[in-house]
Order: sequence, then C-alpha cells, then structure tokens
Amino acid sequence: MISPLVSPVLFHVGPIPISEPVVITWGILAALTAGSLALRRSLKLVPSSIQAACELVVETVDSQIRDTMRVDPAPYRAFIGTLFVFIFVANWSSLVPGVTPPTARLETDAALALLVFLAVIWFGVKAGGVKGYLATFATPSPLMIPLNFVESLTRTFSLLVRLFGNVMSGVFVIGLILSLAGLVAPIPLMALDLLTGAVQAYIFAVLAMVFIAGAVAEAAPESQSNERTPP
Amino acid sequence: MNWIAAVSIFSAAMAVSFGAIGPGLGEGRAVAAALDAIARQPEAANTISRTLFVGLAMIETMAIYCLVIALLLLFANPLLK
Repeated sequence: MISPLVSPVLFHVGPIPISEPVVITWGILAALTAGSLALRRSLKLVPSSIQAACELVVETVDSQIRDTMRVDPAPYRAFIGTLFVFIFVANWSSLVPGVTPPTARLETDAALALLVFLAVIWFGVKAGGVKGYLATFATPSPLMIPLNFVESLTRTFSLLVRLFGNVMSGVFVIGLILSLAGLVAPIPLMALDLLTGAVQAYIFAVLAMVFIAGAVAEAAPESQSNERTPP
Repeated sequence: MNWIAAVSIFSAAMAVSFGAIGPGLGEGRAVAAALDAIARQPEAANTISRTLFVGLAMIETMAIYCLVIALLLLFANPLLK
C-alpha cells in the first residue's frame, strides 16, 4: 500500500525534485490568479452574477474577521481571505478526477502553518514593536515565558496536524472503500469529505484570526480600545 | 514478521479504537447540548450551528491525532528500518 506520508515525485528541475502536490498547487494558484485578474477587468457598479458571488465571499470574510477579532478587517482581509480561499479550493480539488488535494500532503500543510506562525509574529511586531511583541511572552508573569514559547510552537504544529489528518483521512478512507466495495460505494463518503474540507478551511482561517488577534491585542493593549468597533 | 512489526500493528489498532471513544462521547454531548439550545431558542440556530461545527471539528481533531499516530506506526516506523 502507498504510504500517505510521502509525496510521489513527478520530475526533476535540476537537482530539485518536483512532487505531485507542488504541481497541483501551481495549478490551483494559476487558476485562482487568472480568475481574479479576469474578474477584475470586468468589474461593474451593477455586478454580474460571478461578481456578486465574489462580493458575497469578501463580505463574509469581513464579517467573520469583525466578529472574531473585533477590529477593522482591512489589514487582515488579504491574508485571512487568501488562506481560506486557497485551502477551500485545495480541499475541493479532489472533485477533479485523478487529483489528490495538496492539503492531504504533509508539506503543504506545514507551509500553511508556517505562514500563520510568521503572520502572528509580523502582525504582533507591527502592532506593538519588537519590544512590545516580545513582552507578550511574559504577560501574566515572567514565569510563563517558556510555557508561552512552547505554546506558540505547539499550536502551529496542531494546526498542521489537524488540517493534514482531516483531509488525508478523507482521501485514505475513500481509497480503502474503493478497493473493498467498488465504484459507487464511496460517493456518500466523498460528500462527507467535501463538508469536512469546507469546515476545515473555515477552522484554519478562524484559528489564524484568533492567534493573530491574541498577539495584536496583547502587544498593543492601549490602542485596542480605540480600534474596537461597536457590535 | 518480527515482533516489532506485530506490536506496531496491534498498537496502531489500539490507538485508533481507544482514541475514537473519547471524541465520540464528546461529540455526542456537544450535539445534544446544541440541539437543546436550538429547541429553546430557534432564532439563534445559525450562530449555534456555526459554533457547533467549529467545536465538532476541534473535538474530532483528537481522533485525527490518534489516526496520524497509527499511520506513523504503520508507514513511518523508525524501528522497522
């Protein structure tokens, strides 16, 4: 049986092996970028149906950021929105026959979790300066420094394992049922897999918001009360 | 097959089977509480079900961790190399 922990290498560019999830990720990135550019060219005041759907997505992301972080969504919209849209499309790319979602591989999820880890540092430093951000590690008392440090690493790791485990187990179970029962049997499981994929994309984005909001609120406690929007 | 492989397979099955008990009970309790809340306040069903889905995915993650441990034991066992 093929191990779910290794990615098959398709070809080499010089000494660098290019694996299957990398190629699929390139495809998703190209499709998303081309779609966004094509849509931007045809923006109108009275929206077409595709433009209306995209505006709905942006407004939903905005309202989620406002609900979760209690701040103006503008600085975070690009990062959180891109994260959500990419993971969502990647999870649902299993609808295309022959495509394994890149999020079912350890490397893609590790890259996404690393992005969130770096974004927490970036937004924390931007809100309170390097000193203010480093001071958040000693917030209740300096005794908590090692604990807070370990927490920021383990929550990144659990973000990675959560997304990987959920998407990979869906793919794995479908493969098992397909080899045991035949062609039509895994269809309900595939529907369940789509639901799981959407929920996991949402959860990944919400957890990224929560981590960033925690770092920002602790790094700059005095400016937080001004930015707080009324509910 | 040496005894390390046998023990690995056995403990992989143990990890998944026992690791599924806790999240199963937890998810049952969460869904029961959410249904109770929706029955009391049907107008808040949207918020409740959204929070329920996030909570369920969080609880489910515990079982997923056990699955990952089991797969590590089966496919990436350092003792078998």
